[in-house]
Amino acid sequence: MGDYFLQQVVNALSAGSLYALMAVGLAMVFGILRLINFAHGDLMMIAAYLAAFSLGAGLPLAVAIPIMVAGTVLVALLMERIAYRPIRGAPDVAMLLSSFAVGQILQNGTLLTTRIAGKPQQIAFPSPEGLGGVATIGTITVQQVNIISFVAGTVLLGLLTVFVTRTRLGLSMRAAAEDLVAAQLMGIKVNRVVATAFAIGGALAAVAGLLFAVQAGQINPYIGFTPVLKAFIAAVIGGFGSIAGAVLGGYVLGFLEVLATALTGIGDLLPPGSVPDPVREFLQHWLPSSLASYRDAFVFVALILVLLVRPQGILGRRDREESL
Amino acid sequence: MTAPAGAPDRADRAPDGAPDRAGTASRLAGPGLAIAVAAILFALLDASGQSFWQGLVINLAIFIILVVALNLSSGFTGVFSLGHIGFMALGAYTSAILTLPLREKGDYLPNLPDWLAGVHLDNQVGPIPVGFLVATLIAGILVAAIAWLVGRVLMRLSGHFVAVATLGFLVIVRVVLFNADSFTRGSRTFSNVAPYTNLWWAGAWALLAVYVVWRLKRSPYGREMLAQREDRVAAQSVGIRVMEPRLLAFVVGAFFSAVAGALYAHFITSFSPTVFYFDLTFRVITMLVIGGMGSVSGSLIGAVAITFLAEGLRRIEDTTLLYGLSQIILAVIFLFIITFRREGLLGQREVPLDRLFAPGWRQRLPWARSAVGSDGSPPHQSR
Repeated sequence: MGDYFLQQVVNALSAGSLYALMAVGLAMVFGILRLINFAHGDLMMIAAYLAAFSLGAGLPLAVAIPIMVAGTVLVALLMERIAYRPIRGAPDVAMLLSSFAVGQILQNGTLLTTRIAGKPQQIAFPSPEGLGGVATIGTITVQQVNIISFVAGTVLLGLLTVFVTRTRLGLSMRAAAEDLVAAQLMGIKVNRVVATAFAIGGALAAVAGLLFAVQAGQINPYIGFTPVLKAFIAAVIGGFGSIAGAVLGGYVLGFLEVLATALTGIGDLLPPGSVPDPVREFLQHWLPSSLASYRDAFVFVALILVLLVRPQGILGRRDREESL
Repeated sequence: MTAPAGAPDRADRAPDGAPDRAGTASRLAGPGLAIAVAAILFALLDASGQSFWQGLVINLAIFIILVVALNLSSGFTGVFSLGHIGFMALGAYTSAILTLPLREKGDYLPNLPDWLAGVHLDNQVGPIPVGFLVATLIAGILVAAIAWLVGRVLMRLSGHFVAVATLGFLVIVRVVLFNADSFTRGSRTFSNVAPYTNLWWAGAWALLAVYVVWRLKRSPYGREMLAQREDRVAAQSVGIRVMEPRLLAFVVGAFFSAVAGALYAHFITSFSPTVFYFDLTFRVITMLVIGGMGSVSGSLIGAVAITFLAEGLRRIEDTTLLYGLSQIILAVIFLFIITFRREGLLGQREVPLDRLFAPGWRQRLPWARSAVGSDGSPPHQSR
């Protein structure tokens, strides 16, 4: 039981780190532009493909990762320049819909590219040395990539915090998020700030994409869709537009998901004699293991509840509520 | 269905109540003529046996229903819904399950609960499949009830948050469809659906959808929808309701989306939950945005344009095997529209079909804008 519990904690931390890495990118861009960039998930997908092709070409991980990050950042900057800059300040929904169009272009562009390259739509991800495999910590055995996800997430998010709080550009970014027009009047180069937000978001999404691909083992052009939805939920839970909120929300979502999975079927899992029989029967009846496949549905119900009950999220500020 | 030509209607937002001097007869002339022309074209197409074109027109009619339904729910009220394809999916499955003949039902869906297993709406009265009509209506009403429940909660949100919440609804529907094996066969294809949908069913439902949405736009409810969309606080301050018109638009839009789903199910005859997802959502949104959010005639134009364009691109894809190209082109067109003509082709204006033949129609043409309206109303302002 204790091992089972620890195992679940590791899973939750690992999933939470990936959500946090994604959610931070969404939150930075949203904070400045009020744009929910749904194409953010496709950056993750692009990164996974870049990594797959680099690793497939026999490059070592130390080369593949810079290629992947640079490529993803480039795509992120291009999408900002081409698609989002011309409509900056447009109504929220118009920007949201544009990001769907950008996502369609990236997905189908990848589909087209793989087809021209003569590859199938779904490809196996070549699990690189040092990322795949399992590790044993004490009495529990965990996927190595889960540990790495947590470590990478913590380190990168720590670096981001330093950047945002200790550097001039980070300060400009926070100012722009506070009030874009006022920041511009104070001489802050908004284009540069926005580009930086997209670049950082792209780099973090790239790392998340690599880790996600290693965990999933397979990639296709549509893998970005569910993660970006989850990242959005994480950002909403934490308080949209706030970087710290996005991180917190990512981990909360990771734990919620693991909890939902662990609770379904709990009636069968409890050791005999530990609970009275009526309780066990109640659990078996109302939380059967077959419910586990409904996990994503529960997560979205949670999203809708948060939007209704506490729309500003855990760390959000009340005065930002008018954004809803 | 409606005549594509004509001038955008600038009298559109004129206050209600002033009786149109043109009279009922001449006001009905335009729509009547359009329906007559459509009926003759349908009859010709039906007789021609050109199954490709018949299929394309049925497809178009289904998309017209989807777009005007989305326009009602989103364009009029500004509460952007990304969940309408979820309503469509529920409608498709409901009607498909209800119409399945009894002898197939036992083998095909062995785990259906008893109350549903005995239902088989496959009866015909003469050539008319009455069971199908009943199943479509049940699907519509059931989904409208679901939309009412969901809408009561979601209509309190606005802006892009409601968009994402409704997208969440779409995901929930998909998860449920994938997992409710005993009803939907899960991820397996649901086939053997009776091919009831023909030109006449699709055309009639499309006509009804367009008519209802058109009338709603010009009703007091429609004006409430538009008013609270333009400025919620100002509207509320003069006593215009916010929740009620939003909810009405959402529920009626869901009803017609479900009807479109039922028509689709009995047209395509085999489908799986994967169909009802983001690609379809995006296609309908593209039609809506191109035509103009808030314009019924714009929706028709958008549906026609994108249906034919997508069909043409699909053929290019099939010959060149460059799958994905058509989606890219459609997305690029979408971005161009959003960037350079955000209000779409018509914005909120309408092609004034119902007044096309009314006396004084010349004065309503855009280039005759300075003229005083025939009914003595002041000159209409352009946007």
